[in-house]
Parts: sequence; structure tokens; C-alpha cells
Amino acid sequence: MGAGHAHPLYLPGTSPLHRARPQCKIAASLLFVLAVVATPREAFWAFGLYAVALAGVATVGRVPLSFLARRLVIELPFLLFAVFLPFVGQGERVEVLGVPMAVGGLWGAWNIVAKGTLGVAASAIVAATTPVAELLRGLERLRLPKLLVTIAGFMVRYADVIADEVRRMRIARISRGHDPRWIWQARAVAASAGTLFIRSYERGERVYLAMVSRGYAGAMPVLEDLGATRAQWLAALCLPAMAALVAATAWGVRP
Amino acid sequence: MTPALEVEGVAFAYPDGHQALFGVSFAIQRGERVALLGPNGAGKTTLVLQCNGVLMPGAGRVVVTGLPVATEHLKEIRRRVGIVFQDPDDQLFMPTVAEDVAFGPANLGLRGAELETRVKAALAAVGMEEHAGRPPHHLSFGQRRRVAVATVLAMEPDILILDEPSSNLDPASRRELAEIVTGLEVTILMVTHDLPYALQLCPRALVMNRGAITADGPTAELLADAELLAANRLELPFGFDPAALRAR
Repeated sequence: MGAGHAHPLYLPGTSPLHRARPQCKIAASLLFVLAVVATPREAFWAFGLYAVALAGVATVGRVPLSFLARRLVIELPFLLFAVFLPFVGQGERVEVLGVPMAVGGLWGAWNIVAKGTLGVAASAIVAATTPVAELLRGLERLRLPKLLVTIAGFMVRYADVIADEVRRMRIARISRGHDPRWIWQARAVAASAGTLFIRSYERGERVYLAMVSRGYAGAMPVLEDLGATRAQWLAALCLPAMAALVAATAWGVRP
Repeated sequence: MTPALEVEGVAFAYPDGHQALFGVSFAIQRGERVALLGPNGAGKTTLVLQCNGVLMPGAGRVVVTGLPVATEHLKEIRRRVGIVFQDPDDQLFMPTVAEDVAFGPANLGLRGAELETRVKAALAAVGMEEHAGRPPHHLSFGQRRRVAVATVLAMEPDILILDEPSSNLDPASRRELAEIVTGLEVTILMVTHDLPYALQLCPRALVMNRGAITADGPTAELLADAELLAANRLELPFGFDPAALRAR
């Protein structure tokens, strides 16, 4: 969203990771996340290995770690919840810097922070090396229902248009002296939201009309075959295979 | 020779009972560029939607290069009639410019190299080849309008209908679009209330008001007729001299 010219999540480039097929990247990151989630939380070394592996993948994709760190900010609201766990948890307690904390809560918090961060980092790397249009095609290749992919595509396409409309309506409102500070002044904002809904609905009708005028008969045409070769799949599945191995080992060596 | 577009006695009322067209008739020959002039609410857009069967007339008929508009060959009608809508954001909905231009011909069944050639040719015709891989919302308004024209050109229509092509364009984009339109070898029906633009691009004009055609003739003559313009809520911009039109 916003007026930015490139998509904020995407870093243009030509690295091997940029050239990899989107469906491979999506599947690999999903499997990687599954392996991470399945890892026992006591195996600190395993999470260290995952982090190193992800850093390696980011380097292959020429994604600077500072960029990745900034993308991780999105998980902060979820982490807030984890921060409370050691304080509200029941059972055995330990003193950390003089503050009593629940041991179970600490483990719970660590579990959320470690697995959440690795998961967000993996998807941020995929997003940084894959344009939105390709992500959509990748999802389609992975047999996600076409209707869902089409809806997602429309959402991406029209988010900017609608955000622009919101901006114009807001400027028009404040230009007429509207200065909402209190909840009872929200009426104008609510009315704008209603107008926006109607306008978007009408735009939907016009878009459909324009599509029908170009021969649309209910199904989006499949334009090019983005099939991945076996070698591409093998390369992409290296990371989740390694993660699965680590997770299995972590369970195996568990005391 | 069969005309590119024949409209005979077309009348149409919307489902809410509002009668928008009252027996409209005209014909456009192949290769002609015709302006359809009229004030807001004259029924211009309603008429345009009859031409590709999005709306079906309550009475009368529309024939496109010999093929009557009817449910059984809507697909072919929509290939023959290309409509460029007023708001390019309504027309461009695919993730990239090239995919959007490919949407129409792909619906016609084109694939592979043939499809690619069509897309390239259409983008070249509007001077947008180098933007093929970009998402439409990263383009300027004028560029989006040009891509919207390309999306329709890619279907190789027999008649190109432009709905208010000059609206919201800055003077440079307006001139660029005019150059593109005059360079196209296709029959054009241009719906507008931008009278100087109609004069610049279309030798012939139809005037429409309250759902009926009220005049049909050379654009310069119609625009020089102050009474006719006034009767149809049309006005030349300030400083535009009708006498200079006669001299042309």
C-alpha cells in the first residue's frame, strides 16, 4: 500500500533466488516453517542452525540482513503476547534479575519468539526475492483454488487504487475543516467508509464490464507455463530437507 | 461494402424503467473516424454498451461488420468491437501490463508465440513496449490510458470505441494519445464532450442528446453551428472561434 513506487516487500535483483520458480520458493518456505515448528523447544542448537541456514539463503538472494531485520518488525505485536507469558504463567518460578518468572512461561515465550522469528524471516526472504505477480502464479501452480488466487490478485491490484481514494476523501474532509479528535466526531469518517464501500462496489461492476468486453467468460486464461524442472525442485527443497533432518535429530538426542 | 457498425432503431430502457435510448440509427463505414458528441447523461455510454452486447437493445438491432449482435456469437462480437473505457483503472486489473494486454487475445484462445507477437505489436502501437513488465498502478495516468488502448488493440478489433479518451489527461498526454489514434488504421468511434479533440481527430461527428441522434455531419460544420450546439448542451471552450473552423 502507500504511494511507494516499488512494492515495499520486494527487492529487485537477479540472484539465483530471484530466478527460482515461485512455487518452489513458497513450498520450500512452508516446509521449512513446518520443520521449525516441529522442533523441540529445548534444542537451542537446532534454532541456531536454522538461523544460520536462513542467513545463508538471504546471502544467496542478496537480501541484506538489515533489510530482513526491518521486515521482522511486523511480528512485534505477536511478541508482546509472548513477553507476558513468564509473568502470568503458573507453576515453578525462577528469579531473573530479581524478578520472579514462571519457568513454563519462559519456555513458552522462547518457543514463540524463536519459531515466530524464523518463520517471519523465511517468508520475508521469499517476499523480498519474488514479485507479487509471481507469488500469485506460484500459488496457482501449487493448486490453490483459482478463484482464491484471482481474488488475491484483484486485492493486490486495487489496494493502491482504494488507498488513493481513501487519501483523497480524507484530504477533502479536512479541507472542509473536519478535525476529528473525539469519538463522537467519527460520524464523517464512518460516512466516508460507507461511500468508499459503494464506490468500490461500483468499480467492481465496471471492472467486470471491461473484462466481459474483452471476452471474459468466467475463467482467467492461463498465459504461460511456469513449470519447474526436477533440478529446480531439488535445489529448493535442500533447505527444508536440512531443517527436517535437524528437527529429527533434535528429537532423537532429546534427554 | 458492409459498414463497420450499423445501428438501426435501437431503443433501450434500464431495468429500473429509465429509458436511455429512443430509436438510435446511424452507420459507420470501415476506416472512418467518427466522434459521438453529447452532454452528460445523453445516453452515449449506454449506446456504446449496445455495440458489444453487454446491454441488449429492447428494440432495433446492431450489426458489426455484417454480424448482428446476438447472444449466440457474443464472443466474436467482442473481438470485433473493442471498447476503451473511461477509467483505465477499471480496465487494467492484471498484475503486469503485458499480462493485461494478453488477457483479451488469450480469451480468444491465442497462446504462445502468437500471443506474444500480439502483445508486443499492441504495446508498440501505443509506445509502451518498455513498460511491459511493470504493474499498471506504477504508471502515470496518461500511460495507463495508452495501455488501456493497447489491451483492446491486441484483440485486433474491426472497430475501436474510445469512451472519453481525453478526460483527465494533461495537454502533453492528450497530444500523444491523439498522435497514437491518428496513426491507427482501424475504424474509430470516439465518445466525448471534448469538442476540440473531436475536431482534431474525427472528420465526422454524431450529436446525441436525450437518447437520440440529433445531428450527423462533418465535425467542423457541426461545431460552427452555434444554435445546434446550444440546443444540445454542447459548448466550445472559451476563446475557440467557430469562424476559424469554417476556414479549415
